[in-house]
Amino acid sequence: METFKSLIIILMGSVLVNNYVLSRFLGICPFLGVSKKLNQAVGMGVSVTFVMLMATAVTYPLQYYILDANGLGYLQTIVFILVIASLVQFVEILLKKFIPALHKSLGVYLPLITTNCAVLGVTINNITDGYNFLESMVSSLGCGLGFLLAMVMFSGIRTYIDESEVPESLKGLPVTLIAASFVSLAFFGFAGIVENLFA
Amino acid sequence: MITDILTALLVVAVVGFIASVILVLASHFFAVKTDERVTKIRECLPGANCGACGYAGCDAYAKALVEEQGVKTTLCVPGAQAVVEQISEILGVAVAESEVKEKSVAVVHCNGTCDAAPKKAIYDGMNSCRAASVLYGGANACNYGCVGCGDCADVCPADAICVVDGVARVDSRLCIGCGKCAKTCPKHIISLVPIGSKQVVLCNNKEKGAVARKNCKNACIACKKCELNCHAQAISVKDNLAAIDYEKCTNCGKCVEVCPVHCITAVNFEV
Repeated sequence: METFKSLIIILMGSVLVNNYVLSRFLGICPFLGVSKKLNQAVGMGVSVTFVMLMATAVTYPLQYYILDANGLGYLQTIVFILVIASLVQFVEILLKKFIPALHKSLGVYLPLITTNCAVLGVTINNITDGYNFLESMVSSLGCGLGFLLAMVMFSGIRTYIDESEVPESLKGLPVTLIAASFVSLAFFGFAGIVENLFA
Repeated sequence: MITDILTALLVVAVVGFIASVILVLASHFFAVKTDERVTKIRECLPGANCGACGYAGCDAYAKALVEEQGVKTTLCVPGAQAVVEQISEILGVAVAESEVKEKSVAVVHCNGTCDAAPKKAIYDGMNSCRAASVLYGGANACNYGCVGCGDCADVCPADAICVVDGVARVDSRLCIGCGKCAKTCPKHIISLVPIGSKQVVLCNNKEKGAVARKNCKNACIACKKCELNCHAQAISVKDNLAAIDYEKCTNCGKCVEVCPVHCITAVNFEV
């Protein structure tokens, strides 16, 4: 029961409190770039979740059984980048061959996130936070879902902005950034809530 | 220390090598066969990726032609007749003559050269027409004409545009007629005209004659001489600006002769 509780806390914590986009400011590029339309935002969010899970599943054993075991922990960042990038390419090839439908819907976004900082951030933070394998996987799932949540929420806000009258000098990216900062502020409200879920 | 560097190098090289071997094997064994017609069509498309067909690029258009139903074979503007025939042959469909677009060339409707058009300000900002035109309509006294920062030249996939004497000019020999410049121009002064045209209106000023003339010596003053003298009723002066309807124009050249400010100019597009 205790482990279950801690897993739930990790999951909720990474979705709401430590949201990668809105609290840690990682993965801003796809957040601003692909959040114009809801279906694209969902596609990107699902792809990121998928890649985060895959990347964690591969980099966790890599860190503990290969890098740390040989005293090469300092090569973490560069090896992770290399491995994640090739992993994503590999998955793309497999999807194209075996699940063309999924490839068609994710295909555009997969190459975009090969070296996304949010994906790299999740894998490295899982190691620095000292999670075990199960906790790492739950944490990456939470981070992915948090990214998806941010994307979906923000695409709604952007649709609303598109329809409203914005001062000439703020049109386009400036007003988007302002809106992003408000959403980010709103997410600070979650801090302190999750830890007391089971109190 | 040197061993540390070497270890790091070696580890990264080995990881990279293993990853590349896996990827090569994967792309070999899990390769998906593409329709060879896509490759063939792609080869006869011009490859400028100009997007005039409405697709993201030549690759996307070739793919759409083969895989989607009812995609027209006549969408490639730069390729014109020759490419339409090749594509239709590969796909085994008939060419509908009427659908083939006539080759056209971009024209910048402005002749506000440095001598002719006085400046109202010195613009010292970023070198972009869009940025300059947001600031009081640009540095030129005429708010309708070419800003001269060359946004059109930047987007031109054929490098056919350059800014000469303050005004963008299109080299008709290089122009592929994709219309990207027309979409980019913040003043909307670029349009596509049929390549057989012999005269164009080189002005976009919609002010009344006196104001227009004050702001640029080469501006259209809306005297309507061209409209009165055109026997084919192809020219009309609307919003104080002459416009040629190329569907009616017979290329007689009368308008060029009568225009007192020479804003209607004779041209001969080289192909």
